[in-house]
Amino acid sequence: MQTDVYYQKKELPSKLSRLGITLLLIGVVLGIVAFFVDDTRASFNYVISYTFIVSIAVGALFLVSLEYIVGAVWSVPFRRVIELFAGIIPLLLILVIPLLFNMHNIFTWTHEDIIAQDKILQGKTPYLNIPFFAIRVFVIIILWSAFYFVITRNSVRQDSTGDQKLTTINIRLSAIFVIVFAVTISITAFDWLMSIEPHWFSTIFGVYYFAGTVIAALAAATLATVLLNEKGYLHNKINDDHFYSFGALMFVFVNFWGYIAFSQYLLIWYADLPEETSWFLHKWEGSWAIISILMIVIHFLVPYIALLSQPAKMDPKRLKFAAVWLLFAHLFDLFWIVMPEMPGMENGYSFSWIDLVFPIGSVGFIILIFSLKAKKANLIPVGDPKLKRGLDFHL
Amino acid sequence: MPDTKNIYGIAALFNKPDDIITAASKIADSGYTKWDVNTPYPVHGMDNAMKLKPSKLGFVTLFFGLSGTTIALLLMWYTLSVDYPLVIGGKPFFALPAFIPVTFELTVLLATVSTIVAMFAFFFGLPNNDHPINDTNYIKKVSVDHFGVIIEASDPKFSQTTVEQLLKSLNPVSIEVIYQKEKIRYPIFEKKFIMFLVVVAVIVSAGTYVTLDKLMFLLPFNWMMDQAKIIPQSRTELFQDERGMRAPVEGTVARGFLPYPFKGVDEPPEFLSNPLIPTKQNLELGKKKFLTFCSPCHGNFGDGDSRLRGQFPNPPSLHSERIRNFEDGHIYHVITNGKNVMPSYAAQIDCEERWAIVNYIRVLQRSKNASDKDLKMVSQETGTKDAN
Repeated sequence: MQTDVYYQKKELPSKLSRLGITLLLIGVVLGIVAFFVDDTRASFNYVISYTFIVSIAVGALFLVSLEYIVGAVWSVPFRRVIELFAGIIPLLLILVIPLLFNMHNIFTWTHEDIIAQDKILQGKTPYLNIPFFAIRVFVIIILWSAFYFVITRNSVRQDSTGDQKLTTINIRLSAIFVIVFAVTISITAFDWLMSIEPHWFSTIFGVYYFAGTVIAALAAATLATVLLNEKGYLHNKINDDHFYSFGALMFVFVNFWGYIAFSQYLLIWYADLPEETSWFLHKWEGSWAIISILMIVIHFLVPYIALLSQPAKMDPKRLKFAAVWLLFAHLFDLFWIVMPEMPGMENGYSFSWIDLVFPIGSVGFIILIFSLKAKKANLIPVGDPKLKRGLDFHL
Repeated sequence: MPDTKNIYGIAALFNKPDDIITAASKIADSGYTKWDVNTPYPVHGMDNAMKLKPSKLGFVTLFFGLSGTTIALLLMWYTLSVDYPLVIGGKPFFALPAFIPVTFELTVLLATVSTIVAMFAFFFGLPNNDHPINDTNYIKKVSVDHFGVIIEASDPKFSQTTVEQLLKSLNPVSIEVIYQKEKIRYPIFEKKFIMFLVVVAVIVSAGTYVTLDKLMFLLPFNWMMDQAKIIPQSRTELFQDERGMRAPVEGTVARGFLPYPFKGVDEPPEFLSNPLIPTKQNLELGKKKFLTFCSPCHGNFGDGDSRLRGQFPNPPSLHSERIRNFEDGHIYHVITNGKNVMPSYAAQIDCEERWAIVNYIRVLQRSKNASDKDLKMVSQETGTKDAN
C-alpha cells in the first residue's frame, strides 16, 4: 500500500444509482412497448443506443491503454474513473442479444428475397451473412472483455500491492490492445453502421466511428471527473492543469472528427461516383438536409468555438457544458448515420416518442453500471507508482 | 562597457526554485510592474506567483488565422467564380468543399508563422544583443544553477534603497546592481559610410545609363518581355479584325496533306491510283502506322479482333473476298473518309503514310491467302518464316 498519497474512499451517494435505475427502467419498459408498437423503428433506435454504449465503454478502455502506452502522467489520478466506464464492456454480450434477434428489421442483406434479385449483395454474402456476422460480434466483444478484465485486474491489484511490475505488464497489454482495438472498432463500424445500407462503402468509415468513439469516451470521462471532483470524491490536489488536459484532448478530437468527416465527404463529393454519393444524397432528402447541416454545427462548430480559448479548457463549468454537448453530438452523429436508412424515412424525418426512449435507457444504463462499479473500487489508483507525479502535475 | 551612472535594474540570486517562487510572489504583492525572473529551466507555478496575465499571443494567432481563412476564400471565390470561371470536374464555380483544404492550409500557415514571428519580434523583443544583463555575473549564474529576479529602474515605484531593502528581506544569495550599457556604435551605420554607399550607387547607375543609352544607343536593360511582336491568342491593333493570329488563306494546303477530291463523298465516281510502289522501306512505314492507328480495332493482322474488349464495335475482317477485291484507291478512300463507325484518319495520317498502309494491308491479305506459288517462293528462301 502506497502511503505518500492520502486518499480516503467515499461512497457515491445512492441517489446516483437510483437515478440510473429509474432511467434504465423507463427505457426498458417503454423500449419493450416500442418493440410491440413499431419493431423496425425500435430496432434502428437500439442500434444507435448500442453503438453509443460501445463508444463509451470501448473508447474508455482505449483511453486507459493510451495512458499506459504513452506513459502519460497527468491522467493517472483519473484512470480508475475511466476504467469504471470500461466496466460496461462485458455487459455488451447481453446488450447485443436483442439486436441479433432483430437483425431482420435492420439489415436488408438478411432478406433472402432481396439478395436473390441483387447481384451486388450476392457478391457480398461471403462477408455479410448471419452466422459470420454473429461470430464476428461475439469474438470482438469477447476480445474486448478479455483485455478489459486483465488490464483492470492488474490496475486494481496494484491498489493493494503497489507493484511496479503490473504497470509494465499493462503497458505491453495495452500495446497489443491498441492494435486489436483499431481492427475491431473498424469492423464494428462496418458491421453495425455501414452495412445498414449494404451497397454503400467507405474505407475511412472505421476511422470516422473511431473519432466519435474517442470523443464520447473523453466527454464521459471529463463529465464524470469534473462532477466527482466538485463533490470532493477525488483528490484535493487536482487542479486547472488537469482539466486543461481534458479540454485540450476533447478539442483535438473535435478537430480530428471534423478532419475525418470532411475527408470522407470531400473524396466522395469529388469522385462523384453514384454508388458512393447515394449515401450522402440520401441524407439531403427533405428535412434530412436540415439535420445534416445541424450535424456540422453541433458536432464541429459549437464545440470548436466553446473549447477554443485557454480559459475555456480549464473552467470546470464550461468543460461540463462541452462534455454534455459532445456526448449529445456523438449520439446525434449515430442518429444521423442510422436513421435516414430506415424504411419509410427516405424523404425526411418524422418524430416519434420511440426516438427518445432508447437514449434515456442507455444513459440510465451507463449511470447505473458506473455507480455499481464505483461501490467496490477506489476512485483513484492509489497504488500506481506514477500517482504522486500525476497529482503534482503542472503545465 | 557598463555606464555606471545609469542603473538598469537591481538583481538578486537565489539557490532554490521554492525561494524564487516566494520571492516572485512577494515582489508581485508589493506592486512592482517592470520586473522579471530568470531561471535555468521553466519553473512550474511561476505564472501564478508573478501574477502574470494570460499572454496576448493567442489573439495574434486568432487574428492571422481568421485572416488566412478570409484571404483564401476570397481569393478562390474571385479567381474561380468571378474573374475566370472555369468548369473543373463538372463542379459548380463556387465549389466550397474543394476550397476547404486550401483554406485550412492557409489558415494554419498564417496562424503559425505569424505566431512565431510575433513571439520573437514583439513578445521577446529579439534581436537584443546589447541587452544590459548580457555579460553580467547575474546572467552567467541564472543560466547555469541559480534563480534570479531583477527589478528594473524603469518601474514607476523604483528607488534604489527600497528595492535593495525588499530584495535583502527575501534572503538572497547575492544582490547585484546592473547598469545600462553604453551604446555600441556599429561602423556600417556610420553616416559617412552610408553616404559613401549612396554616392557609389549614384555614380555607377548614372554612368551605366549614360554609356549605354546616350553613347551606345542601347536600352539600359534588354527586357525580354517588351518585344515588338504580336503574341498568339492576343489582341492587336495592327489588323482590322484585331486578331493576333491570322487565319490561313483560302485554299492553303498543309505540308504532307494534299487535298482529297472526294472528301465527304460516300460513293466516289472513281478512285485514285496508288502512286507508291511497295518497297521494303515504305512497307515498314505502313506496318508501323497500321500497328499504331489501325490495329486497335482491326487487330494486328487485320482479322477484326479488336483489342478494345467491346468498348467499340469490332470491324469486319480485312481478309474477306470483298475487301481483297477493293481497288487500292478504295482502301485509301476509307482511311481518308472513314466508313460506318470508323472515323476519318486524314488528320492523323498523311497521304504517303496512307498509301503505305494500303500496301501493307495488301501484304497481310496475300500472306493470309497465300497461293501455292507464294508458298514455294517462301520455302525456297530458307529460314524466312516471318509471316509479315
